[in-house]
Amino acid sequence: MNLAEGVQIVSFGLLSLMAIGAALGVVLLPNIVYSAFLLGGVFISIAGLYLLLNADFVATAQVLIYVGAVNVLILFAIMLVNKRQDFVAIPRAWIRRGATALVCSGLFALLSIMVVSTPWSFSTGIAAGNSSIVTIGKHFFTDFLLPFELASVLLLMALIGAIILARRELLPDDSVAELQQPALTLPERPRELIAVGAGAPERTIAQSLSDQNN
Amino acid sequence: MQLQYFLILAAALFCIGIFGLITSRNAVRVLMSIELMLNAVNLNLMAFSNYLDAQDIKGQVFTTFVIAIAAAEAAVGLAIVLAIYRNRDTVDMEQFNLLKW
Repeated sequence: MNLAEGVQIVSFGLLSLMAIGAALGVVLLPNIVYSAFLLGGVFISIAGLYLLLNADFVATAQVLIYVGAVNVLILFAIMLVNKRQDFVAIPRAWIRRGATALVCSGLFALLSIMVVSTPWSFSTGIAAGNSSIVTIGKHFFTDFLLPFELASVLLLMALIGAIILARRELLPDDSVAELQQPALTLPERPRELIAVGAGAPERTIAQSLSDQNN
Repeated sequence: MQLQYFLILAAALFCIGIFGLITSRNAVRVLMSIELMLNAVNLNLMAFSNYLDAQDIKGQVFTTFVIAIAAAEAAVGLAIVLAIYRNRDTVDMEQFNLLKW
C-alpha cells in the first residue's frame, strides 16, 4: 500500500485488535446472536488486513461473500434453530475448557516460535497492487483453470445438496394425505419418524415458530 | 518485519477457532469457529502472497478458491444443522451421540 510506515503499523494494530477481540467474542459469549454479529466484525477486520496487503480484489470478495452471504446465512440459521432453552449443564465442564485452552495456547506458542525463527526469503519484485485483478484473471484462465472449473462444479453440488437437506418434511397426518394433490407438483417423500427422547413428532417450520410464539 | 506480525495474528485466530470448535455446545457456533479457522488460513496465504510472491500473486488466487469453498461448506453445514434440528429438536452437540460407542 502507498501509506506511510507509521500509518501501516497503526492500522495493522487496530485491525488486529478488532479481529482478536471479535474472535474471542465469537467463541466465548453465551448469546449466539452476539457471536454471529461479532463474526461479521472478524470478517470486516480481515478485509481491512487484506487491503493492507495490497489485495483490493480479495478484500472486496471477502466483504461481499463472507459478510454479505455467509454471515447472513448463519444469522438465518440461528433464527431457524433458536430454541431459547439453556443446555443441560455437564458436570466438570471446566476440565474440557481448561484442557482445550492449554492445548490451543501451546499450539499458538509453537506456531509463533516457528514464524519468528524461520528466515523467510522476501521477494524483491514490484507488488501487483492495482493490477491484482488482472493478474488473478490471467491465473484463472491459464494456471488455475482446472481448479476454477472444479470450484464451479463444487458450488453447484453444494447448492443442490443444501436444498435437498433443508427441504421441508411432510407431516405424517391422515388429513394431509387425503388432500388432493394438484397436478404438476412434486410430492415430497414422507420420512419415517426417528425416535427422540421425548417422542416429539415431526413438525414443519411454521408449526415450530407458532409454538414458540404461543 | 511485518510478515511475522501477519503470521502470528493468523496463528492466534486459528487457535481461537480451534478453541471454539472443541468447546462449543451449540452446533451453529461450531460452524462459526470453522469459518474463523478458514479466515486465519486465508490471512496466512495472503501474507505469504504479498511478501514472498508479490509479482504473480498466486496466494491471492488460492485465497479466492478457499473463500468460495468455505461459502459452499457453510451452506451445506447449516442445512445439516437445520435437518438435525427438525429431527431432534435441539442443537446441543452433547445430544448428538448416536455414533458414540
